[in-house]
Amino acid sequence: MADDKSKHDAEHAEGHGKREPSYLVAQRGLKSWLFTIDHKRLGLMYLGSTLLFFFVGGVAAILFRTELLTPAGDFIPWLLSHLPTALGGTGGDVEAAVAQSATTYNKLFTVHGAVMVFLVIIPAVPGSLGNFLLPLMLGAKDVAFPRLNLLSFWVYTLGACFFLYTLFAGGLDTGWTFYTPYSSTTGTAVVSALFGAFILGFSSILTGLNFMVTIHKMRAPGMTWNRMPLFCWSIYATAVIQVLATPVLAITLLLLVVERTLNIGIFDPAMGGDPVLFQHFFWFYSHPAVYIMILPGFGIISELVAVHSRKHIFGYKAIALSSVAIAIISFIVWGHHMFVSGQSELAAIVFSFLTFAVAVPTAIKVFSWVATLYKGSIQFNTPMLYALMFLFTFSIGGLTGVFLGTLSVDVHLHDTYFVVAHFHYVMMGGTIIAFIGGLHHWWPKMTGRTYSVWQSKWAALLVFIGFNMTFFNQFVLGQQGMPRRYYTYVPQFQQQHMMSTIGSYILFLGLLWIAIYLLASLRRSAAPKEPLPDNTWGGASLEWSTQTPPIEHNFHGQPRVDTDPYNFPQIDRTGEVDHH
Amino acid sequence: MILSMLMEPEQAAQAAADATKAAEAATEAAKAAPPWETLSPWDTLPQASTFAEGTDALYLFIVGISVFFFLLVMAVQAYFMWKYRRLSEDQKTSSITHNGKIEFLWSAIPAVLLVVIFVWGEVDFLKQTVPPNDAVQVRVTGRQWFWTIEYPDYPGVQLTSSVDESQVTLMVPKGQPVQLTMTSEDVLHSFYIPAFRIKRDVVPGRYTTLWFEATQVGEFNLYCAEYCGDQHSAMIGKVKVLEPELFAAALADAGKLEQEPSESLAAFGERIYSRRGCNACHSLDGSPKTGPTWKGLWQKNETTDKGAVLVDDNYIKESILEPNAQIVNGFTGVKMPSYKGQLDDKHITALIEFMKTLK
Repeated sequence: MADDKSKHDAEHAEGHGKREPSYLVAQRGLKSWLFTIDHKRLGLMYLGSTLLFFFVGGVAAILFRTELLTPAGDFIPWLLSHLPTALGGTGGDVEAAVAQSATTYNKLFTVHGAVMVFLVIIPAVPGSLGNFLLPLMLGAKDVAFPRLNLLSFWVYTLGACFFLYTLFAGGLDTGWTFYTPYSSTTGTAVVSALFGAFILGFSSILTGLNFMVTIHKMRAPGMTWNRMPLFCWSIYATAVIQVLATPVLAITLLLLVVERTLNIGIFDPAMGGDPVLFQHFFWFYSHPAVYIMILPGFGIISELVAVHSRKHIFGYKAIALSSVAIAIISFIVWGHHMFVSGQSELAAIVFSFLTFAVAVPTAIKVFSWVATLYKGSIQFNTPMLYALMFLFTFSIGGLTGVFLGTLSVDVHLHDTYFVVAHFHYVMMGGTIIAFIGGLHHWWPKMTGRTYSVWQSKWAALLVFIGFNMTFFNQFVLGQQGMPRRYYTYVPQFQQQHMMSTIGSYILFLGLLWIAIYLLASLRRSAAPKEPLPDNTWGGASLEWSTQTPPIEHNFHGQPRVDTDPYNFPQIDRTGEVDHH
Repeated sequence: MILSMLMEPEQAAQAAADATKAAEAATEAAKAAPPWETLSPWDTLPQASTFAEGTDALYLFIVGISVFFFLLVMAVQAYFMWKYRRLSEDQKTSSITHNGKIEFLWSAIPAVLLVVIFVWGEVDFLKQTVPPNDAVQVRVTGRQWFWTIEYPDYPGVQLTSSVDESQVTLMVPKGQPVQLTMTSEDVLHSFYIPAFRIKRDVVPGRYTTLWFEATQVGEFNLYCAEYCGDQHSAMIGKVKVLEPELFAAALADAGKLEQEPSESLAAFGERIYSRRGCNACHSLDGSPKTGPTWKGLWQKNETTDKGAVLVDDNYIKESILEPNAQIVNGFTGVKMPSYKGQLDDKHITALIEFMKTLK
């Protein structure tokens, strides 16, 4: 498909004497993609793979949401008995299907969690949009280490292969958190999954390192730290966490592999280990990782809100520094996942306090985005709809975090659906909504194609309704005492579970629709007659100053910067001393 | 049976005499609080312990603050969206970039509110960590996938949960503090009673504690809240709160496990099967679970890690008391715990009689 598209773009390029071939057609053939060191092509390849895994994780979610329509376990046994054995079913053997059904449910939610966290949310924004945009926004030719960047992608692919192997080797039933000693004793394919996550960690570290150096050394002349787009600031904060926290996860997972394969007691008390130690190690990485997931989303929202209201971002420094503050504090709040796990009371109190400290910079960001709208010129383009949707869903996600940081309230809510709802409001309602918004914002720049405006707006509405319907009443479920990761549940909760499931279908349809019209825009017949304008939305950052799609080396000459990226021409400068 | 063996004779007589009282107590309890399952999802969760009101008050306080700020932000956003929508392409926008005063305010006000919430939550949390000295002592053991509850002050009493049905797993007196000392025999579990607003992980290799004082007579759901494998969602039971004067008798009645006069030995065996957690790992319908099914097990020729064996009285007894002596092939990865001291000869005989009926 890439080739078809390439030819087409080339034809257009010929028609316009001044235009140079875009990065999509500058080189040809499969090899030129697989071994490319162009950050833009790597960005597209990350985009393709993360979206593919997003689909896999989504299908798993739809399957277990369907199971949860009724309190008893009935859908999965039905499904298994109707599937041929080659596809993991029992081929009509009802008894065997019933016997395997609980395990199958556990594998489904584990696949959903592990794939979404390790293969989608962590790499999605930095890998695709980050790779594509960072050098463009900085006015650079490429990232600092283009070959390392290619290596990151292939390491990611290798890690993903381990995950795929895990799926076909009987699956994994530990939950994405791999809590010991269950994970050191269960019979499923834990070791290959751990290796997968271990390898993916290296991809994350290498990408983070690459981005840090790029931001330090490759900014265009005149681009001071304070003139850097906020997306770059958020990628920078993310990169710091990736480099510092991921090694801890890698070591932890390796220790677990050692325990499982060599029977050396580290976490399993039966061999003299300590299961709570695993939780400390795991969350020491995984809590900062939550910010690896959300910070790039914050960066996207800063760009979207400013560009679509043609207004200088409000509180640039506060937003930039709060990203860094969040990155730093994120390292010392991991214990709030363990208030009821048996850690000391003192530790719980300290972690609770520090958790509240993280809430303040997050609140500052939300207020600053809303304040940016003030006296702006707001156009409700599809990306902007997602940014506004983000402010709604992420605010709910952030506020419900306060409940979970509060010690006595968390004792009740921990490990219930309240946590599930909070997590999804932050990760899906935050990161994924921002990601989809960013995808619509930069899609013309990345592909040279446009999508159907009316379809994208209706799909956004479906996503908004479906998402809130799925997750909002899970807060109520959790407060009522419904524990998470339950295959069957007491009948009292059925109404809410049903609503959730129906919501998840709507959400799934909305997301599928997005995939369909985006893919449709890549068809040969959908190619625009005239090349798209360089600046789709009237943005002021550097990626809009180059050709759409960009040329292989991004810019014709070295761009120079003498102002900040939110200086839109529409800003009313009358009565103001111009110091630029 | 165990109960009367271990109790003083007077105590045993007392227990027997109180059996009727216990039955009355059960009816009363049923009246006092509606059965949990009949509640609609929109009914509020019962506040059945001394912690519940405090936790709920703070919960509602945070709900209030959250709703206020959420609506405020959304209202401002909606107003801006309408007021500053793009009407013409050359619409001018303001050159405001920041405002120190307002930024200070919107950092400081949330910070102060957050400190209030933190302190409130911390104070309530500390109350939950210090049990009173006169608490009724309870031992909780989590095991895949049932709870075993024992009372050091009432020797011989043992209650369990069952994966097949939600049965009374924990009995406590109303208005008296109860302290649970908990551990796990295999993986992590978490002991969760929503109506009491309490939860604590149950960790293998160490003891964790939890205490509460129930304030309402009735039956409340008990869940395992930490994912523990296949039957995690079946690791549930009921907590029964009784008037203190009825507690001892009802506990003695519920905790004893002996053959009823009208009951056949096989029927008694079936009761043991579900009351001592056998059903967590052994099915009756032929499907293998964590352990071999009991269907058709009697007189079957099995291959074990030590060689061929015929399943007879001796092999079954050995498997119950020393489960790892000869493990059936296909199940060698599983370590069944020994029931030595928990099941006596009479129980084992009843179980064997029950197995004989499972053709």
